[in-house]
Amino acid sequence: MKKTSSVFYWMTIPAFILFFVFHTLPALQGIFYSFTDYIGFGDYGFVGFRNFINLLNDGRAFDAYIFTFKFAIVSTIIVNILSLLIALGLNAKIKFKDTFRAIYFVPYMLSILVVGYIFNHIFTFILPEIGRNLGIDILSKNILGNMDLAWIGVVILAVWNSSGFNTLLYLSGLQTVPDELYEVAKIDGAGKWDQFKHITFPLIAPFFTINIVISMRGFLMVFDHIMALTQGGPGRATESITLLIYNGGFMGGEFAYQTANAVVFLIVVLSISLFQIKVLQKREVDY
Amino acid sequence: MKEKTNWWATGLLLLGSFIIIIPLYMALIVSLKNPQQLAESILAVPDSFQFRNYLEAIKLTNYFQSLKNSAYVTIPTVAIVLVVNSMVSYAIARNMHKKYFKFLYFYFISAMFIPFPLIMLPLVKEMAMISLDNLNGLILLYIVYALPLNVFIYVGYIKTLPKSIEEAAIIDGANVWQIFWRIIFPVLKPINATVAILTALKAWNDFLLPLLMISDRSSMTLPLVQHVFQSQFSTDYSLAFASYILALLPMLLVYIIAQKKIISGVMRGSVKG
Repeated sequence: MKKTSSVFYWMTIPAFILFFVFHTLPALQGIFYSFTDYIGFGDYGFVGFRNFINLLNDGRAFDAYIFTFKFAIVSTIIVNILSLLIALGLNAKIKFKDTFRAIYFVPYMLSILVVGYIFNHIFTFILPEIGRNLGIDILSKNILGNMDLAWIGVVILAVWNSSGFNTLLYLSGLQTVPDELYEVAKIDGAGKWDQFKHITFPLIAPFFTINIVISMRGFLMVFDHIMALTQGGPGRATESITLLIYNGGFMGGEFAYQTANAVVFLIVVLSISLFQIKVLQKREVDY
Repeated sequence: MKEKTNWWATGLLLLGSFIIIIPLYMALIVSLKNPQQLAESILAVPDSFQFRNYLEAIKLTNYFQSLKNSAYVTIPTVAIVLVVNSMVSYAIARNMHKKYFKFLYFYFISAMFIPFPLIMLPLVKEMAMISLDNLNGLILLYIVYALPLNVFIYVGYIKTLPKSIEEAAIIDGANVWQIFWRIIFPVLKPINATVAILTALKAWNDFLLPLLMISDRSSMTLPLVQHVFQSQFSTDYSLAFASYILALLPMLLVYIIAQKKIISGVMRGSVKG
């Protein structure tokens, strides 16, 4: 038996080392640099918590957090409502089931950046042109050029792109619900809404938890969508946290300062994930 | 009891699928027009298709080079991820009672909660320092960064496999490597499909890591090339759309061919994982 376990160790040690070197080490370095005034090259000194204190008074960082949260919360809600509805539709007795399922998953196969560029051109050139031709005022302006509306364009791209994946997750959840339960409910005279509320939803609640946590976490890191649609503009109206760290850290000479920002982001993301898992799982048990 | 077809759901889903298709239809139809046809109508199907935009896009962006680069990264990534990640997971799943393996499991899982921006800035310096700021470096990072999610998926699956066959094989004198290759790896086939699809999508469509690590034009992947040429496209959007369609085409083709397998693979993974 002793010989056996040494092979098991060799199976994992290289992966352990590589993961440490390329994931944990840079993360630790990030935390280390956040207490310095490093600009990406040359000498540096320790500055204690100065970067963190400066972050508190940084309007640009504050705006990035506000935008990122607004985007992530709205997108998570819309994506999950839509995905659940589509999944319910796909799980119903419908025609062309496989074709619909295939179509709804297409966007998830495609590069967000490239699709984002297509949406960018549609928002910038095609929709305004159609709007002008039809005399529809709202359409005739480019929403990506509007300080107050640009974020909606980002939400539209995010919802279009990622609903398909969540739909499949919900659909596989729905298929775990045994048909007999619905039969019994029908005999008891329960309507469609009652069936959903008392059978479907409680049984797929674990899928709901996973979906909300995954969506939210992904959307909080939003980057590709914004690079393709607005580059953070107009002004800084759609600058996400990841984009700010990228811009400031690589182009703005704020290497240490933005790693401090990333440490704050780490704490925020961790708290939200733990909070979500706790609250949503508690609700699961309640049913 | 035969249920009647739900026409409401069918109709609404049909409406929804137009929303999926319309942006892609717009891109395709515009990419097939010349400026004159565009001026007449943006969205009508033209009487003759213009493929000149495609030829120009291929030449301008050096399409086949970037296609090759994307394949060069994606194919080895998927192959190595399947072998390495499942092997690591097998070792962990069968030794969870030991401290080291239990620690390793939670080490990988907890890494899922670390946001990439924290790693991003130091990572770029590190990769440049060891001269891995290239396509091979990308492959390495995709393999390493796939570990947390895949360990989670694989370990969950392997734990449900009965140990009796392995125990019988040990009595027959098979060692751990042989057991992994001949018994475990083949049994993992359904979950391997899920992992392969998700890994391929990640490596093929990723933009941030190539943006951070690749500066050499001849090494750029498909999404990165679209980004680099964006400023040259902006006035001529037929050309831009042709280039985007070309960039999306390989994945669309794979999807059309393997659609059923891809969808069942993703759904299976979500139940087991």
